[in-house]
Amino acid sequence: MTGAPLLDIKGLDLAIGGTPILKSVDLTVAEGEIHGVVGESGSGKSMTALTVMRLLPVGSRPFGTVCFQGLDLLAANEPEMCSIRGRDIGMVFQEPMTALNPVKTIGQQVAEGLRWHLRLSKAEAESRARSLLDRVGLPDAKLSLHRFPHQLSGGQRQRVVIAMAIALNPPLLIADEPTTALDVTVQAQILDLLRDLVAEHAMGLILISHDLAVVADMADRITIMKDGTVVEAGETVTLFETMTHSYSKMLLTASTHQPDRTAPDSAAETPLLEVRDLVREYTLPRRTLFSKAPTMRAVDTVSFAMEPGKSVGLVGESGCGKSTLARTILALDRPQGGNVHFEGDDLFALDTEALYEKRRHMQVVFQDPYGSFNPRHRVERLVAEPLHLSPTPVTAIERREQVAESLVRVGLSADDMDKFPHEFSGGQRQRLAIARALITHPRLIVADEPVSALDVSIRAQILDLFADMQARLGLSYLFISHDLTVVKAITNEVLVMKDGRIVERGPTEQVFAAPEHPYTKALLAAAPDLDRALARRRRARDAVEA
Amino acid sequence: MFVYALRRIAMLVATLAVATVVIFAVMEVLPGDPAALILGVEAREDTLNALREQMGLNRPLHVRYLSWVTGLLTGDLGTSYTYSVPVSDLINERIGVTLPLALIALTLSTLISIPLGVLAAARHNRVADVGIMATTQLGIAIPNFWFALLLVWMFAITLRLVPSGGFPGWDAGLIPCLQALILPAVALALPQASILTRIMRSSLLDTLHDDYVRTARAKGLSQRIALWSHAVPNALIPVLTIMGLQFSFLLTGTIIIENVFFLPGIGRLIFQAITQRDLIVVESLIVVLVAAVIIVNFLVDLAYGVVDPRLRSRG
Repeated sequence: MTGAPLLDIKGLDLAIGGTPILKSVDLTVAEGEIHGVVGESGSGKSMTALTVMRLLPVGSRPFGTVCFQGLDLLAANEPEMCSIRGRDIGMVFQEPMTALNPVKTIGQQVAEGLRWHLRLSKAEAESRARSLLDRVGLPDAKLSLHRFPHQLSGGQRQRVVIAMAIALNPPLLIADEPTTALDVTVQAQILDLLRDLVAEHAMGLILISHDLAVVADMADRITIMKDGTVVEAGETVTLFETMTHSYSKMLLTASTHQPDRTAPDSAAETPLLEVRDLVREYTLPRRTLFSKAPTMRAVDTVSFAMEPGKSVGLVGESGCGKSTLARTILALDRPQGGNVHFEGDDLFALDTEALYEKRRHMQVVFQDPYGSFNPRHRVERLVAEPLHLSPTPVTAIERREQVAESLVRVGLSADDMDKFPHEFSGGQRQRLAIARALITHPRLIVADEPVSALDVSIRAQILDLFADMQARLGLSYLFISHDLTVVKAITNEVLVMKDGRIVERGPTEQVFAAPEHPYTKALLAAAPDLDRALARRRRARDAVEA
Repeated sequence: MFVYALRRIAMLVATLAVATVVIFAVMEVLPGDPAALILGVEAREDTLNALREQMGLNRPLHVRYLSWVTGLLTGDLGTSYTYSVPVSDLINERIGVTLPLALIALTLSTLISIPLGVLAAARHNRVADVGIMATTQLGIAIPNFWFALLLVWMFAITLRLVPSGGFPGWDAGLIPCLQALILPAVALALPQASILTRIMRSSLLDTLHDDYVRTARAKGLSQRIALWSHAVPNALIPVLTIMGLQFSFLLTGTIIIENVFFLPGIGRLIFQAITQRDLIVVESLIVVLVAAVIIVNFLVDLAYGVVDPRLRSRG
């Protein structure tokens, strides 16, 4: 670093509506530097970025100095900030699905900043927008300027957002979780693009992420935040080598956490679940009024078997059909072909009553711990929901006993049953979801992205809980996830799914160590890996020293 | 967009066809024999039969339906029992009052509510917002016939700016006609504008918190430009829905308002036809009103396509 840094945040305090959010945050970014900011939700990393942009919510009061190219941004007035935003500081947001205006073309949206700051004509701005989209990997042949956001994939949208942010070559770019909503292979491409852009324009980049592996791979320096304060900061390799703060260490261990799992004995009796040549098709809207409606095959002749007490991972990127497969296995959807045998019976040949009986033995845990509970019901009612599947009616006293037992089992207290879901944190809600699944003493739990919405430390606890439940109750899991580290940590076998088909299967360790299918190889190569990233950085450092 | 419009037109025709079947069927089920109505309760059975034969009431159901629909399409709606003039002439004459009235009311309510709704949302929880919310609450609560009387007292009797009622006919020139329509239009528009203002406000408050507005601000756009060019176009989508629904309320609202202002419109005609049991007029008016509502919803659908590109591509 030479001379004054590009951005120098000193002693930043922030309160929103009287609640302190940031406490004495220091952060500097030099030209051409990638600065990673890591922390769990609520750590204040996004608020720090929004303070730099001065786009804080109403009622926010920031104190301290945020010095950008010699100008104190906290002292700047709104017109000054309007000319700085977009021109001197660009920003990329987390959710590419909602960051673009659905009723405007992408050409209009990319050109907008150029027209606003440079007063370019419509034609000039559009031709500049065209070359910007070319630069971010969306050439004309692939994407016309007249497309609307809903016609683009998630990765394409994030490229458009990046094109907008770098339109005026800002010296500083802030990317707030730019790849969190994307699939791993797309994530790798977007990260590469950001890295290239930084090198090309000697831009400073603040990369905000919850993912230590992503940040270690990308950032020259890292700041770790917790509860609005900076707990540790420094050059990437040095930081990982000399980590002192207990929170940073916890974050590191949690993100690579492997729960203790006792290997189940492989005495193969009849399989618990057997899926044969399963096909699930969806009817798409008709193209013309009288033509036959086209169909889309979401699940394409899938077969596999699960032994009792084992857990199987189902891995694949968004849209590959893994959730549809789960729905069909749970008999929530009727397949167009093939069958599902659970405990030896064909689910689609059973009458309603027999299917109810089977359903008691297969329960589900969903991704979103916020959306899967009715907010107006108390925990007792929510957790007791599956009990209506039981053949004999459950009395009120039995119900309370069973709910209490289930809550205690997942590490909550029996007293929690009179609370409402909003009184629980995200991790506790996922425990509630597991308690709800356990109440009917199931043999199989289908877990659809059960830890994806959770912070790493919470995720580690929930994974431990899953492992513990398996050991104690002999449960089987069908574990659906896009996150390879999670699948690696919790499953015996893994199925890799692409475009509705299983392209590779095998014991988890073997598939991860020596993938055979090119798609599995691509997935594994694209997945962020902390050790690999650090090793690469060490080699680069050693090369410089030598 | 072309395919989208074609689909909507196909839907429009289909809905209209179903509507005529339903109306015809309901009229068949309803008790009351037109022949007996015309000739009175004292009429002899053979005279009744002769008239039924003459009116074609003895023909099979589907033949009568087809001849009724053909009549509708060619503008032959039959003859009113009470006025003894063709129903089509009656409706043509009256629609010249009601349609302009409803359109003026709709325009007024749109012109008032959208800026007010935007203002309230932009100044959320401040004086302007609270004032607008209080006023619109009042606007929804006040019955519009009472508000109409208030308007008459203020502008017709005290200030003498406009007539208190009646309609001079379009032959009298544009200005007198507009003068006659303005008070009823304001009275009709008030509750609609109040509702629409609130919808606009809450819809805009939602879109103002959407991520793309923040993206626009991050590009450097000022709060005002981001509001008008990003938040408002998205906020208009639900407002359009409500506007389409309100048009039918406006049409039925004219029944009261036209009676308050002595306007010779559809609303007054329908009121008179019902009290005089002039079933053929009632039947035709229902068809006209249903068609008007269906056509307006068709226009709203087209407007959706213009406002929201996602619907266009879905077709």
